[in-house]
Amino acid sequence: MSDDRPDLSALADDLVNRVNALGSLDALREAEASLVGRRSPFAEAQRALGALEPDERRRAGAALQEARGRVEDALEARRGVLAAEERHRALEADRLDLGDVVDAAVRLPVAVGHGGLIAATQRELEDVFVAMGFTVEEGPEVESDWYNFEALNMPPAHPARGLWDTFYVDLGAPETVVLRTHTSPTQIHLMERATAAGTLPVHSVMPGRCYRRDTPDARHLVAFHQIEGLVVAEGITFADLAGTIESFTAAYFGPAITSRLRPGFFPFTEPSAEFEVTCTVCSGEGCRTCSMTGWVELGGCGMVDPAVLAAVGIDPERYHGFAFGFGIDRCAMMRYEIADLRALTENDVRFVEQFS
Amino acid sequence: MRISLAWLRDFVELPESPEELRGVLDDLGLVVEGIERVGEGLEDVVVARVEQIAAIPGADRIRRVVVEAGDGPLEIVCGAWNFQEGDRVPLAPVGAVLPGGFAIARRTMRGVTSNGMLCSGRELGLSDDHAGLFIVNDQPGAEVGRRLVEVLGLAPDVVFEVSVEGNRPDAWCVEGVARDLAVRLSRPLRAPRLASPHGATPTASVAGARVEAPDLCGRLTVSVLRQVSVAPSPAWVAERLRAAGMRPISNVVDASNLVMLELGQPTHPYDLARVAGATLGARRARPGETLTTLDGLERRLATPGRGLGDTGEDCVIVDGEDRVLGLAGIMGGAASEITAATTEVLLEAACFDPMAIARSSKRHGLRTEASARFERGVDPTLALRAVARLVAVLEESSPGLEWLTEPLDVAGELAARPTLTLAASDVAGLLGTAIDAGEVRRLLTGLDFDLEGEDPFVVRPPARRLDVRAGLEGRADLIEEVARLHGYGRLARRVPSWPEVGALSDRQRMRRRLRDAAVALGALEVWTPTLVSTGEHALVDVGPPVSVANPLSAEESVLRGTCVTGVARAWLRNLERGRGDVALFEVGTVFTHPEVAAHPRRTRGGVGGASEVALPEEGERLTLVLGRAGDDAVAATVLARALLGRLALADVVVRALADAPSGVHPTRAAALVDRASGARLGVVGEVDPALVGALAGGEAPRRAGLVELDLDALADPTRATPAPRAIRVPSRFPSAVIDLAFVTPDRVNAQDLAHALAGTDERVESVALFDVYRGGAVPSGARSLAFTVRLCSPERTLDEREVAQLREALIESGGALGASLR
Repeated sequence: MSDDRPDLSALADDLVNRVNALGSLDALREAEASLVGRRSPFAEAQRALGALEPDERRRAGAALQEARGRVEDALEARRGVLAAEERHRALEADRLDLGDVVDAAVRLPVAVGHGGLIAATQRELEDVFVAMGFTVEEGPEVESDWYNFEALNMPPAHPARGLWDTFYVDLGAPETVVLRTHTSPTQIHLMERATAAGTLPVHSVMPGRCYRRDTPDARHLVAFHQIEGLVVAEGITFADLAGTIESFTAAYFGPAITSRLRPGFFPFTEPSAEFEVTCTVCSGEGCRTCSMTGWVELGGCGMVDPAVLAAVGIDPERYHGFAFGFGIDRCAMMRYEIADLRALTENDVRFVEQFS
Repeated sequence: MRISLAWLRDFVELPESPEELRGVLDDLGLVVEGIERVGEGLEDVVVARVEQIAAIPGADRIRRVVVEAGDGPLEIVCGAWNFQEGDRVPLAPVGAVLPGGFAIARRTMRGVTSNGMLCSGRELGLSDDHAGLFIVNDQPGAEVGRRLVEVLGLAPDVVFEVSVEGNRPDAWCVEGVARDLAVRLSRPLRAPRLASPHGATPTASVAGARVEAPDLCGRLTVSVLRQVSVAPSPAWVAERLRAAGMRPISNVVDASNLVMLELGQPTHPYDLARVAGATLGARRARPGETLTTLDGLERRLATPGRGLGDTGEDCVIVDGEDRVLGLAGIMGGAASEITAATTEVLLEAACFDPMAIARSSKRHGLRTEASARFERGVDPTLALRAVARLVAVLEESSPGLEWLTEPLDVAGELAARPTLTLAASDVAGLLGTAIDAGEVRRLLTGLDFDLEGEDPFVVRPPARRLDVRAGLEGRADLIEEVARLHGYGRLARRVPSWPEVGALSDRQRMRRRLRDAAVALGALEVWTPTLVSTGEHALVDVGPPVSVANPLSAEESVLRGTCVTGVARAWLRNLERGRGDVALFEVGTVFTHPEVAAHPRRTRGGVGGASEVALPEEGERLTLVLGRAGDDAVAATVLARALLGRLALADVVVRALADAPSGVHPTRAAALVDRASGARLGVVGEVDPALVGALAGGEAPRRAGLVELDLDALADPTRATPAPRAIRVPSRFPSAVIDLAFVTPDRVNAQDLAHALAGTDERVESVALFDVYRGGAVPSGARSLAFTVRLCSPERTLDEREVAQLREALIESGGALGASLR
C-alpha cells in the first residue's frame, strides 16, 4: 500500500481545487459530504484501513488524516470567502444613495410622541429655577476623586465618603476616577470657572445623572438623576437658602405644600440641613408614606463650607454661598405616584406613552 | 443608634411623651427613624423549672414537657430542643398576652393538652433569638415562680432608633443625646456614678504602657482591675444592652459595652495573666506580621490596600514581648480574651487617629462598634472617666473589685484644639437671623464650650467636639451649633434676588428643540442603561471600553460607547411584545476611552488634586431608531432633515459614506454634513442588520431606520453654521414654476446640484428635488434628477423672456457640475 500515499496527496490536491471552484455557500453545503464526508473518497480509504497490518495501518491512517485535513481546511477557508462575498453582495444589493432621497416621496408617519418622564421632570424643575433667576449648568459623569470628594472637603479615607456607595473607574491609579456619586462636583467646576473668569456671583442649578453602587430596588436605581443649586455672592445667608427652598416648593408642588429644614450633615456645607416638604399623599395629615409625620424628606442643603470656597480660590470672608440638592427621579415618583422606579429604565412603550 | 428612654432619663428629666421627644430630637438633627416599645406584655411571664421531658407518640417536632412554676406541675407542649430537665425557662401561662398581642390559650396537640407556652427570646421581645427557649439558669434571682420582669429587672421602655450624623461623634452615646436635650429643654444634665482607684498598689508596679506611634495613638491608658469575678451582669445592665441591640455576655465585657454606649468611649479588657509582662503598647504593624482576630480570621498587617493614598498602615496593640494582641481600636485577638477563669483584668482605654482607624477598618473589611466610634473621633480626655464608670458598673456584680491607683496614662500626639472668636454679628451674618449674645453664650456653654469675654467671644470647644475646626470653618461649625440648638424652624426666611436674569444656555435650548421635534414627529423618549456588559459594548466598535473597577454585576461593568445598541434593544423588546411600530429616541451620554478619544479630558486628580488624570471623552448624542413597519434609511433621512430643520442651520447636506460607522448599515449610511464648515453633525441610515441580528439572537426581524445626531457638534457654531438671521419677506408677485431634469453623474450629490441651482440668481426662490430616475435612456453611472424650481422677483411679475433666460442660466449652472439637461 506504500504507493497509495502519492495517490492520497494527489486526491487531496484535486479536491482542494474543487473546493476553490465552488461558487456559493449552497453549492458548498451540497458538496461537503462528497468531499470530506460519508460519500467522500476518504471515507472509502478509511474503511480499507481495517485490512492492513497494525504498523502499516498507523502510517496509512496518518497520511489519510493529513490529506483529509487539507481538504477540510480548504473548505473552511472557502466558506469564509463565500460568506463574505454573499454578505457583500447582499449589502451591495441593498445600497442606497441617501443623498438622492426625495423628501416629498416619504410621508413621515403621523403619531403622538412622548417625552421621557425624567427629562420632562428635569425640564419642569429647570423652568422653575430659571424663573427664579438661576442659570442651568452641566458637568461630566466621570470625575476624578478630587472633584467628586476631596474638593468637597472629603479627603481620602474620610468617613463621610461612606455616605456614598461609589463606582470606581479603571483608569489611572486605583480609586482615582469615579462615576460621580452626586452632581456636587459640577459646583466645583462652576466655581473654578467663575473664579478664573471673574464672573462671580453665581446662581445656578445643575441637573445630571449620578451613580451609586447599590442593588437597585423600587425606590433606588444604580443610575439616578439629581438637581443641585448653588448661589455664591456677597451677603448671602441661611435665610436666603430657606427662602429659596420655600419659594421653589410652592412653585413646583403647589401653594399648599410648604417646606421645613432640620439639622443635617454634609461635609461640603456648614451649617447643613435636610429639607422636608409637606407629604403630598396626605397633605400633611400623617400617613404611612410619611411615617405619620406629615413630612417627607426631599433633599439636603446648607451654607457652602468655607473650606470648599477656599479650595476653589474664592475668599470665604467676602463671599458666602448656599447649596441644595435633591433627586429628580424622586420628584417624578412623588408627582406621578410611580410605585417602582425600575419601570423607568424598562422602556415599555405602554409605560412611556402615558407621559404627556 | 438604639437609645433607651429610661437610660436617657438617668441623665436628664424627660416627662415628655415619646412622640413629643421625637419632635425635639428631629429638630436637633438627631433624627428618630423609629420608635419601639419593649418590655411590655411580660407581666404574666414567670420562671418555671423543667421537671420532665417526654416524647409524644407520632410527633417528631414537639415534645411533652412538665414544668413547675410554683403551683404544681403543668403539662406543656413545646417545639424547642435547647433545654434539659432542671433548666429554668420563661413560662407564659394560659391567659397571658405576649408582646405583639399574642394571647396564650389552652390547646390540645396530638392528644396532649398544653397549659401555656415556654418562650424564646424573640417571643418575649427581648432578642432576635428564636432558635430555642430563653434559658434563665444564669440569671441571679431566677427562682421558680418569680415574675420574669422582676428577675430581669424589666420595665416597659421605649427605644428610639436615632440616626447620628457623621459630624456628631459626641452625640453617639446616651450622655451625648441627653446633653443636647438638656440644653434645648433648659434642664440640668446629671452625671453618672463613677468609681475611684483605691488601695496601696500603684498600677506601674504591676503593669506597663508605652506608645511607640504617637501620631496614631493620641493617648493610651492602662488600668489594672483585681479581685474580678466573671459572672453574669446584673439585670439592669443586661436590659440596657438588650435595649441597645447588644447581647449580654459576661459582667466584664458587658460593663465595657455599657460604658461605650453610655459615654462613647470604647475600652478593651484583657486577661492580665495572658498578656506578657502585663504591658500594652501601641505601635505601627510591620510588614509580614499577622494577627488572628476574635472573628477567627488571620489578617496580614501592614499591607497596602487599594484605597486612594492607602499605604497599608495599621496601628496594633502589642504585649510586653512586642507580640501583636489586636488591631488597635478595631478588634482584639483571641489569645488575650477574658474567660470565665479571669481574675485580673488589664483594661485599655485609649484614643486613636480617626483616619488611621478608618483606613485599617476599610482595608480589613472589619467594622466594629469600636472602630465606628474611633473613626469618627473619640474624646481624648474621656478614657479614665470611662474606666471610672466601668468600675462603678462592674463593682455591682464583682464585689471587692480593686482598681489599682495611678492608672497608666501615656500621651501621644493630639492635634492642637482651636481657639475661635465669635461675635453675635457673625451669627447674624451667616444665618440672616439675629440671635443675641446672651443666647449664644447660653447655648454654647450648655454644650461645654468655654466662652471668654463678651461679644465677641473667645471660644474653646470641649475636647469631645473634634468636629469643630479652626478659623473660618470653625466659626461656621459654631454657628451651626447655635442654629441647631436655637431651632432651624425659628430662623428667618428671605427670598434672595439679584440683577442677573435666569436663562438656559444655547446648548440647552438646542437640546430642548431637538427633543420637542422628535416628540412632535411621533417618537417616544427612552432611557437605556449607561452601564452595559463588555459583550454588549463590543457589538459596536467604538474602541476599548471604559471599565468599572467594582461593578455590581458583569451585565453593568463598562460604560456605553454608543446609544444605538441600547435604543435598538429597547425597540426589539417592544417588538417582541407586539408594540414595535414605534420610533424611539434617547438623548444620552456616550463614553470614549481616553486612549482613543479625540479630545480626552485632562483634569486635576490624585491625592490633594496634585496630579493630572486623563478621563474619558463624554459625547452627547440624540439616537433615534425608526422601527415602524416599512421604515428604512429613506424614512430616516427625511426624519433627520425634519429634526435639523428645527435648528435654524444654514445648510446641511446628506452625503453618502464610503465607510459607515460601526453599528450602521454599511451600504445604507450617509453623513449629515454642514456645508459651510464641512463638519459632520450626525449619521443617518439604518441600524446595521448584523447588530439587530445579534441583539435579536438570529436574523434581524426587519429594517430599522437610524438617525444619530452629535449634540457636541450641533452646539458648536463653528461646526454647525447658523442660518443668516435676517428673514426675507416673500415677494408679492406670483412665482414662475419650472421643472428641470438633469442627467447627473453618480458622483455629483443631488443637494450640491440643488445648491448650485439655487445660487444661480437671486431670483431663484427655491429648488426642490422631486424625482430620481435610473435606466432607460439614462446612461449607467448617472441618474436623472428632476427639480422643481420657483422663480420670482420682488419688483414685478417675471415675463417669459426673463424666465427663459433664467432657465438657460440654471442649465448652465448644472452643466458646471457635469449635469446635462435631459
